[in-house]
Amino acid sequence: MSIIFDNVSKKYSDNCLALDKVSFIVKPNEFVSIVGPSGAGKTTLLKMLLAEEKPTEGKIMLHDIDISFLSSKDMNFVRRKIGAVFQDFRLLPQKNVYENIAFAMEAAGRPDEEIESDVPHVLELVDLGNKIWNFPHELSGGEKQRVAIARAIVNQPDIIIADEPTGNLDPVNTYDIVQILKKINDLGTTVILTTHNKGVIDSIGRRVITMQEGKVIRDDPIGKYIL
Amino acid sequence: MNEPNFKTKLRRVMKAGFFNFWRSGFVSLASILVMVITLSVIGSVIFVGAILNITMGELRNKVDINVYFVTTATENDILSLKKKIETLPEVKTIEYTSREKALENFKLVHENDQITLQALEELGDNPLEASLNIKAKEPSQYEGIANFLNEENILSSDGQKIIDKINYFENKVAIDKLSRIIDSAERLGLALSLALVIVSVVITFNTIRLTIYISREEISVMQLVGASKNYVKGPFVITGIIVGLISGLITMFIFFPISYWLGNTTQNFFIGLNIFDYYLSNFFQILFIVIGSGVAIGAVSSFLAVRKYLKL
Repeated sequence: MSIIFDNVSKKYSDNCLALDKVSFIVKPNEFVSIVGPSGAGKTTLLKMLLAEEKPTEGKIMLHDIDISFLSSKDMNFVRRKIGAVFQDFRLLPQKNVYENIAFAMEAAGRPDEEIESDVPHVLELVDLGNKIWNFPHELSGGEKQRVAIARAIVNQPDIIIADEPTGNLDPVNTYDIVQILKKINDLGTTVILTTHNKGVIDSIGRRVITMQEGKVIRDDPIGKYIL
Repeated sequence: MNEPNFKTKLRRVMKAGFFNFWRSGFVSLASILVMVITLSVIGSVIFVGAILNITMGELRNKVDINVYFVTTATENDILSLKKKIETLPEVKTIEYTSREKALENFKLVHENDQITLQALEELGDNPLEASLNIKAKEPSQYEGIANFLNEENILSSDGQKIIDKINYFENKVAIDKLSRIIDSAERLGLALSLALVIVSVVITFNTIRLTIYISREEISVMQLVGASKNYVKGPFVITGIIVGLISGLITMFIFFPISYWLGNTTQNFFIGLNIFDYYLSNFFQILFIVIGSGVAIGAVSSFLAVRKYLKL
């Protein structure tokens, strides 16, 4: 599934232009990192992909659907094709690890048998098989983020969006998370990652889009973190 | 991908709602406490309504007209007048007291009053008059009945006047006042209980809204994961229903000792109503109203509160 940003602008108010005519294409199975200082518009970009925000101008196409004009019901189907991982994890605090992941599958309307077999499987994939019945507050930051990734990939999405997933993690956990994301990409899922961690970008060695003040200022096929 | 059937969805929503209730322990407890207060207000309104209704009914029953007949009036004349009055649509009951019966009653009342009884004996003849006791369906109808008796020229078969006096005109002021009091008491009672119910429902609504406000982040996460609006709303509504159900049961449980304790007091103070008996004999009706209100308030306020945070 390709993603097309076509001249997308987002104005929050008259003097607050978050995105300024951003255009780029992400091909299927690409691993794209979006870098830039805080306030460059990275998060706004990702929010638009999840239709949390609507563009003021321009189009965002997923495959051949313009998602800025979808009804909220149709958008639910699109969201199930996109897995999202956030800096602050956003797990459901009242649910244990198993239920957090099962919830995403239930929301996608998967039957019980699949849920029972897939949840332990995906937790093994992120190396958390032993924490299946723990609640989020009993986990470390790195573990929480791995649960979030497990939740994001359990419905076998076409795209994974990771918004500063390593922002709250130490270097070892950061390395682990990046390795998991690379593995997911190797298995055929498009990954869009935002970060301002130079080490992360340099270690991935894939396409890097650099943003500043709402504009794309660089787009390198095998990029480094240059600012 | 096959959508699971409605039963599976319902089971998942119910389960999530129950866990939601159970795991937010303290928050659920707080909602239950507030809800119990609201339901107690609603329950008390039922009790107060019953007390008011029955007391007013008793008071209405106390209002009546007595028609006294001259001592020379024959029983036949009085009974034929009684038949005539019975045909009036306003009349609920009419009771005839003969002179002999009146004397008997008098003696019974003054059983311990030797002087009066002696005086009565010295009279020799029975000085008491026969009377008709008339009760109307509504207090406001007495005037009509009294006027009927007054205007009809009621004479005996041989042309003598048989009615001595009608006590309505003596009691008119009191009766008028009483019917006004009954009317305004009912209106005031209704207005007060409505106001109380509205205030407590609003407070409960706000409490439940706050408990859901705590979960607003979760609500948006659920949507980001791709849950449909109804699938997000469902568990919260179920939690609201559980809160209502448990609060209803607690409220009914609390009413048992309270109404038992108040039972005798109310029986003495208000004419003839023991609210403990009322509680027992109308148990299922009250249970239905209390639990029904709890469930309705819980479900509706949860539904409205979640809707506010379903932004995506």
